[in-house]
Amino acid sequence: MSMLLEVTGLHASYGDFRVLHGLDFSVEKGGISTLLGANGAGKTTTLRALCGMIKRSGTIRFDGNDIGGKATEDIVRMGVAHVPEGRGTFTGLTTEENLQCGAMTRRSRAEIARDMEQAYHWFPRLRERRHQQAGTLSGGEQQMLAIARALMLRPRLMLLDEPSFGLAPLIVQEMFSILRKVNQEEQVSMLIVEQNAGVVLELADTAFVLETGDIVMSGTAAEIRDKETIRAAYLGY
Amino acid sequence: MELLAQQLITGIATGGIYACMALAVVMIYQAIHHLNFAQGEMAMFSTFVAWQMLAWGVPYWLVIPLTVALSFVGGVAIERLIIRPLGDAPVLSHIVVFIGLFAIINSLAGFIWDFTIKPFPSPFGEGSQFEGLISNHQIGMIAVTMSVLVMLFLFFQYTRVGLAMRAAAENPASARLVGIRVGWMIALGWGMAAAIGAIAGILIAPIVFLEPNMMLSILLYGFAGAVLGGLTSPTGAVFGGFMVGIIENIAGTYIPEIGGELKLPIALFLIVTVLVFKPTGLFGRTVVQRV
Repeated sequence: MSMLLEVTGLHASYGDFRVLHGLDFSVEKGGISTLLGANGAGKTTTLRALCGMIKRSGTIRFDGNDIGGKATEDIVRMGVAHVPEGRGTFTGLTTEENLQCGAMTRRSRAEIARDMEQAYHWFPRLRERRHQQAGTLSGGEQQMLAIARALMLRPRLMLLDEPSFGLAPLIVQEMFSILRKVNQEEQVSMLIVEQNAGVVLELADTAFVLETGDIVMSGTAAEIRDKETIRAAYLGY
Repeated sequence: MELLAQQLITGIATGGIYACMALAVVMIYQAIHHLNFAQGEMAMFSTFVAWQMLAWGVPYWLVIPLTVALSFVGGVAIERLIIRPLGDAPVLSHIVVFIGLFAIINSLAGFIWDFTIKPFPSPFGEGSQFEGLISNHQIGMIAVTMSVLVMLFLFFQYTRVGLAMRAAAENPASARLVGIRVGWMIALGWGMAAAIGAIAGILIAPIVFLEPNMMLSILLYGFAGAVLGGLTSPTGAVFGGFMVGIIENIAGTYIPEIGGELKLPIALFLIVTVLVFKPTGLFGRTVVQRV
């Protein structure tokens, strides 16, 4: 199967402080990859580097195009939707306006209206809250909103930064089952960064384990899940 | 009673101008989190441009849209050429640049058109209505500022560009992640602020007369309005502008100690009072910054 995202030798730094030391990883077309690792391993930095939010070097190929030197807005316009750490909600706007922002780069009003319906279909709670200020939504609802907003882009690749963070286990289960459906029904590829390895390894097909800016292990999600030593050493469960 | 009505109308008419200036200040503040001290001078320069076109014999109905368009372009240019290169420079750098802009625009206007006070014709002509209760110019001021404010509200509430500008001001990082070109949204905000300022300048010039320092006190009232309503709330700024206009006129008329001379300190008094007792203003919200 061909790769949608292929990253080789990705370096990134904050000022003089180097955080990523040449990462190689990839996401298959229609596939779900996950980057696992503890706090401070460089997971969020990796996603930011992919989106051009920080200075980076190395090759980042998205669907055959090099996006390593492109600005964030242009990468987004190519179909990469980033659900950032902390959800990135526009708290002063209503739920519906947040969703409209997600479709800001698209033209057809009819398609946007249809996708808005689809978003409410995935996340019925958001429909109830459509005219409410997004800042007043609960944590789980805001995470749903962040994912729904990303879907409004009609992305080909979704980058999700710790979607389970701070959420109750039941909500996490619900969210991951929606992500699975989105992946299967709409062929959206995903790169999910997680600390909660147990849940995400059920969903992903490929996994990469990150430790202090290096990938120390990679394989199919099943392989990583089944290796006791990896689980004990890196994933803590 | 008639005096009160007259003062109220005058207050609303000038309050509309303050509301426009307050809104211009708040639009830029929302986008870059700095107060543009040169906002008034930009408006003054626009007014001189309008005066120059009138002096060349361009008809009034053409002068206003032309001035507004030119001011828009000028505002965008100032953002692109001067403000954007500053980037995340510290507050003091911004203040110095704004003071510099202030001085440059002020002197430039004086250099081109000299510092003598010039009369500026009202676009609505002379005369008054309701037995002198309200002048034609005041009616025009209220009508124009109200329609400008309503149009801006509709623009921000119901258009995609308006939504993009709000999103960019509220959360630039997230705005980029949905593909909004945040830099251009800020430039657009500068252009619109300059255009609003131009309208305010043209409307107030027949009252305060045209000269390079004409907007000094107007901007101060505008700031007072913005602070009173809350620097984070465009609606609040508009409300604050009208309030300041009314308070200024009523206090100037009914408190003999204030009279005409001490009107300006009312603006400063309002700013200080609001900052001491309710720093976020009447409509503002506290901005929590995660470090």
